[in-house]
Amino acid sequence: MELLVAIGEAFDAPRMIPVNRAHAASSGQEGDLYFVEILAKGGASCKVTTTTNPIADFDYFQQIMNIAEEHDEASVAWKTKNYYKQIGAVMSQSCIPYLAENIPEYGEHVAFSESSATPYVNSVIGGLTNRESIQTALAAGVLGETPEYGMHLKENRKGTVLVKVEANLNDGYSYSLLGQYVGKKIASGIPVFVGIPKRPRIDQYINLCAMLNVTGAIAMFHIPGVTVEAKTEEEAFAGDKPKDRIVVTNRELEETEKELQTATSPVSVVILGCPHYNLDQMAELATLVKGKKVRDGMTFWVNTSATTKLMADRAGHTQIIQESGAHLVVDTCIDMFCWNNLRDKTGMTDSPKCAYYRRFGPVRVGKMEECVATAME
Amino acid sequence: MSVKCHKLAKGYGEGEALVSKDPICFYLVEPKTGVVREKGHQLEGKSVAGKVLVFPTGKASSAVQMDGLVKLLINKNAPKAMIVTDVEPVLLGSAVLTKIPLVDRLERNPFEAIRSGDFVKVDADKGSVTVTRN
Repeated sequence: MELLVAIGEAFDAPRMIPVNRAHAASSGQEGDLYFVEILAKGGASCKVTTTTNPIADFDYFQQIMNIAEEHDEASVAWKTKNYYKQIGAVMSQSCIPYLAENIPEYGEHVAFSESSATPYVNSVIGGLTNRESIQTALAAGVLGETPEYGMHLKENRKGTVLVKVEANLNDGYSYSLLGQYVGKKIASGIPVFVGIPKRPRIDQYINLCAMLNVTGAIAMFHIPGVTVEAKTEEEAFAGDKPKDRIVVTNRELEETEKELQTATSPVSVVILGCPHYNLDQMAELATLVKGKKVRDGMTFWVNTSATTKLMADRAGHTQIIQESGAHLVVDTCIDMFCWNNLRDKTGMTDSPKCAYYRRFGPVRVGKMEECVATAME
Repeated sequence: MSVKCHKLAKGYGEGEALVSKDPICFYLVEPKTGVVREKGHQLEGKSVAGKVLVFPTGKASSAVQMDGLVKLLINKNAPKAMIVTDVEPVLLGSAVLTKIPLVDRLERNPFEAIRSGDFVKVDADKGSVTVTRN
């Protein structure tokens, strides 16, 4: 409670309000362990549905590596995971919980950490959440309350920057670049995107949300006529003028993409699924790899949530992906001890977020299709 | 020179100032040395250990700020205090839990009032920042 009161006072919040749901972006690392251990040892338990982020699928990785080699990090992750279970968190182990394991309603006050989830909940669903840290989200999950500040107040949910989009946004990857550029350019505030010709797909939203919070600290955005709290541009800005305006053309996206490339030698590992691939992305991947085989000397990893994998199994995507020689992993974050053996390898990913936090050496970043072409014979 | 400020995370800290116009993500700081490893960052190659950091705001994911600060704390390389111009909850929560004083709303623009190398005292509880020019 002391933590939440400190946050509330810092933001001049008049009182606490109830929340129905929380999502703790469990990282399985020291900061996470520090706080969840305090809660578990203090006998705390989650009052409201509190889902968790991916840590690591220990059962799976036990079979393919010697976990003891990464003992320090692995034991932190293991202990953390168990403490979450102990306090009654929902072990969703997914960074896209708003699609399946924990779905807020429009107008519902919640406490969702996981930087890629916060903007999705606020913008696409119209739930109300601040850009929580793991600790404040956990505290909210345990107490069922959060301070009334920030995104819980209507007046703070209006747009601040007009973002005129002139670039082509044909795939999921272009939305990652858009998020990366806008996050870096405006750093904070609420962008209002105009000029987007088609309603984004779910995976495009996911990529945009993720990158806005890698290069920036952005809790919400509007796409007038599309996202739920802005039917028009005027409504997005609540009648005010934008504080700033920026334009994003293909040139900005190309330059942003160049910034990510650090590879100077051939790629030997490809990692996809940061954030976790949803079912559409699994379908797209299956189509791309069907009938092909992963090259010799290459390893190919795909991350998703357990619930998505279940549906991918039923759709036949899992079988196609595994037959190609790619490895499908669940419950796991790319920023984990189980990837440490990649540290000297040149990697490739379609996720600038994965490249940013990477556990591997130099990196190439490109869209899914390019990643597959690099990985397969 | 002494200016008023607004307490975000309580406590007292003093040390040499290190000023950055770039937002900071503590996960991109090497825990064993306190050196910023983020490519292209204004503080790249510089150490935050024991410093009074002045920067606009935190950035990046909801987990890593806390992980970064806890790792720095464990290695005794954490900053002594932090002064920001734009607070966001992830940095704030991390500062509260790692007991690193954090303040904002300085009476004077901190980027004008403080230069890297100045000696700065941050008293979050009293709501004041004292700067001694180097």
